[in-house]
Amino acid sequence: MKRWFPPLLTAIFAVWILSALMTKKESSYFIDAFGRLPVVFNGRVQPVDSLARNSLTQIREKDTANLEPWKFWYQAPKILSATEWLLTVMTRPEVADGWKIFRLDHPELKALLKLPEADPTRNEDGKHFSWGQFGESGFKLIEDEHRRIRQTKKDASQRTTFDSAILEAHEALTLYLRLKNTVHPQDTAEFGREIGDYTRAVPGGVTAFRNRMIGSGVVETNALTALFDFAERYFVTVRMDTPLLIPPASGGEVGEWSRMGEALLDSSVSAPLLSHLMRRDPKEALAPERVSALIREAGTRPLNPAVPLWAKMADAFRLEQSVEFNTAVAAYTDYLRSLRLDRALSKAGSEQAFNRFAPFSKAAAIYIVAFLFGCGFWFNFAEWSRRTSLQLVLLTFVVHTVGLIFRMWLEGRPPVTNLYSSAIFIGWGAVGLGLILEGFWKNAIGLAVATVIGFATQVVAHNLALSGDTMVMMEAVLDTNFWLATHVVIVTLGYASTFVAGFLAILYVILGVGTRVLTPVMGRSLARMVYGILCFATLFSFVGTVLGGIWADQSWGRFWGWDPKENGALIIVLWNVLILHARWGGMVKERGIMNLAIVGNVVTCWSWFGTNLLGIGLHSYGFMSGAFTALMVFVATQAILIGLGSLPQSMWRSFRGVKS
Amino acid sequence: MLKTLTQFLSSLRLTVVLLACAIAVVFFGTLGQTSDGLYVAQQRYFRSWFSYWTPHDATFPWIPLPGGYLVGTLLLANLVVAHVTRFKWSWNKSGIFMTHIGIILLLVGQLLTDMLARESVMSFREGDTRNYSESSMDFELAFLQDTGSNQLDQVVAFPGKLIQSGTELRHPLLPFSIRVREAFENATVRARGPMVDSNRPPASTQGEGRRMIIESSAAKRGMEDRNVPGSVLEMIDGGRSMGTWLGSGILRAQSIETASGTWRMELRPVREYKPFALTLIKTTHEVYPGTEKPKNFQSRVRIQNLDSREDREVDIYMNNPLRYAGYTFFQFQMGREQLEQGGRGTSALQVVQNPSWIAPYLGCIIVGLGLLVQFGIHLGKFISRRKA
Repeated sequence: MKRWFPPLLTAIFAVWILSALMTKKESSYFIDAFGRLPVVFNGRVQPVDSLARNSLTQIREKDTANLEPWKFWYQAPKILSATEWLLTVMTRPEVADGWKIFRLDHPELKALLKLPEADPTRNEDGKHFSWGQFGESGFKLIEDEHRRIRQTKKDASQRTTFDSAILEAHEALTLYLRLKNTVHPQDTAEFGREIGDYTRAVPGGVTAFRNRMIGSGVVETNALTALFDFAERYFVTVRMDTPLLIPPASGGEVGEWSRMGEALLDSSVSAPLLSHLMRRDPKEALAPERVSALIREAGTRPLNPAVPLWAKMADAFRLEQSVEFNTAVAAYTDYLRSLRLDRALSKAGSEQAFNRFAPFSKAAAIYIVAFLFGCGFWFNFAEWSRRTSLQLVLLTFVVHTVGLIFRMWLEGRPPVTNLYSSAIFIGWGAVGLGLILEGFWKNAIGLAVATVIGFATQVVAHNLALSGDTMVMMEAVLDTNFWLATHVVIVTLGYASTFVAGFLAILYVILGVGTRVLTPVMGRSLARMVYGILCFATLFSFVGTVLGGIWADQSWGRFWGWDPKENGALIIVLWNVLILHARWGGMVKERGIMNLAIVGNVVTCWSWFGTNLLGIGLHSYGFMSGAFTALMVFVATQAILIGLGSLPQSMWRSFRGVKS
Repeated sequence: MLKTLTQFLSSLRLTVVLLACAIAVVFFGTLGQTSDGLYVAQQRYFRSWFSYWTPHDATFPWIPLPGGYLVGTLLLANLVVAHVTRFKWSWNKSGIFMTHIGIILLLVGQLLTDMLARESVMSFREGDTRNYSESSMDFELAFLQDTGSNQLDQVVAFPGKLIQSGTELRHPLLPFSIRVREAFENATVRARGPMVDSNRPPASTQGEGRRMIIESSAAKRGMEDRNVPGSVLEMIDGGRSMGTWLGSGILRAQSIETASGTWRMELRPVREYKPFALTLIKTTHEVYPGTEKPKNFQSRVRIQNLDSREDREVDIYMNNPLRYAGYTFFQFQMGREQLEQGGRGTSALQVVQNPSWIAPYLGCIIVGLGLLVQFGIHLGKFISRRKA
């Protein structure tokens, strides 16, 4: 058993991972094929599947829709895929409005909105609510509160948890409203027929409109009203900033995609002209020549062919005609191909495959199992236990790496582009270092490092992903692959190695104080590991930090601007240098270095997250109260560990009876 | 005595203490930015010898701190003295030597940048040509007179710091002297309302100020904030008052009639003239589709240099500055003027002159190599020991 157990278990996990890559057989509706269709949202081409998953994650913290959240898992609640949920929201909003998919936890907010308590007999779990349960009045209450908070508490750190709950709920509800109006206005009964009525209203309506604007000829008021009844409806959806569904009829660039409403209006009175006419802000005014050009162009363009194709898909799904739906999806896909949008199609397809692959959450699960086997080694010193752990970590490292490369390829970017990807990358770096350590020492310590940091960073990444799309486009200043690939990657490796050193130190303290596992030999090897890792942490954090300065010099002529994030990175460098000098000067010994290395965790966390919370400087992403709490909890645990590490040796279980 | 001093200055203990101090300075200097703004915090914590930190809007706790200059100087001294007295060269320590030389270069380079680097802004609209950049902090009081024949003006400019209440300014070229009645570091200037301001006199008796009111405002200290100075100036011609004029950073040139001709007066940012001219040809401002997120800011600029007879066009955009004649031009801000004024694109370029810009590049390379060599030596030893 001891011989074949490690490879067998690893093989089982490998099969589990690979199985996700296989496409499932479609049900009667070709939901998967629909999920592969490209749309433009957050400034980038993405599959409908990503739009659906990211929206659902923002709304209910999971990327699937559980329609019966009051049931336990063994009662087999009905669970929809994100894409099917989105399809329903877009085409049958009255059905989707009844689904309890809005997650709300704040008790005061629930009380304010008079939402029901948990009661499985009435199909309530007290955490998930439907659009219908908010009602008009609930939505208005949240809007009013939202406005109040925006006006009175501009600085995010002044906001209470109630305020944050309001803002989150507001964001979720607005997003849902946008999705409901993405394909057609939410109250559309049959889109195909509506488009027919609209196209018939266009010629007469446009003539009347043009005569009214020029002030000559007869203005047919009825024709004008008939057109504007449609136009206003479509204009409202444009104003909602719905996702961009419609590619330009000539194929063309990503920048030329338009919203459904814009595409419809293009064939009569275009959206830019409408926003000029209905402007509330003088900034939206257009130059007079442009206005007269737009008036001349009104009604001269044919309807974009993608519009009726979308209508076919929407109506077929709405009327529950699976055969028609599948045909319509295939027809639209063919149409996109005929526009030579193969790149957008294949990119969307790959991203959908990546979503299904979900390498990072799978990796997190295996890290836990691997950690348990690694611990097993310390307590009974069974080599098979360590080997199992090692093979699992190797497998996961492969999955992690493949996931990382897949993401880089999808984005066309180096690995780290935002906080989310920095968490993934720190995890990857730490696992790599852990494996190297394990290669040298073979005492499961490297494995413990790899699994715990690997898992912890996945948890951090998962929480960061709750705010939506993790592959957002880069601001102009950050839009440079060269510096992202050098400065950001190296600084992040600096973070990863400092964390590894800190975690080794934690292991030393926990094993030393709480168990008898920490033998003098093991203590010495841990100390050596910490020293070696700190050396490289210094190298990475120093070079990374200075490269950041050089980037700043390149982009705005200031090598060092004392930006909070720069300062945070500098503190990591200084701290690592301090530990090294203290050791060289003999000011600290084994335990002292360990305690200092644990402080390194706090220092690194400050730079990684704390500086972003200050709400100032170039790298600030605004105050996140959740992140602040997490940071404080983390600092507290590190302080406790340092306290433990400072206990006199007589109180360390491992050192009892050992002469120091 | 000298021995104890060198021992103290070269000790590793001092290094560790100084590193700890440096961490404290950087940390509190970062926190300080939330209340003081970047500019003030920099002056207070980093460009100083001593400082102290207190929490936002509180006077307690009061944490005394060494200033950035003090820590930097002592670290430099520590490093140099240690190398002179304590360190002995050996190949095994070559990495440490390199690292320390690089650090010295970085520290000195930063100090030089601090003293020598100059920043200014060149802002223009599409079609405009500029042969000067403007300070974003300092103003000057300029008097200009058409000299008739060529296109150049006769200019007399007084630095802003001379404009203090009660002083009198003279210049041989000016037919009048200027007595400063009032001067504000930051002033609000606005039109005088018909009803609400009836009990307040106009800001001045001549020029634009006859229809305006001037009020002192709190001086701003943030990095992005700009103060707009204002002053009330009395012109005196041979002992006789010509009346008062309002000087303000937001007003255009106002004319002053004298017996020897017309002078124009403006309170404007200090100008730094260049031996070449830039013309803004076109601005490009792109956002990602369906969002407000900036994708690209780009200025197409024509460089004309009479001396070298250069005349060419270049693009300046984020992460792609123009380095020319010892200056570096960075894309800084971009906008569009109001429709009524023509709706032309506007662009502001940050102009930096930093003779010591190369120091961090060299320092980084040397330290990086030094660390690599040193830790490589450690690693090599470690591996060979394990094999043995």
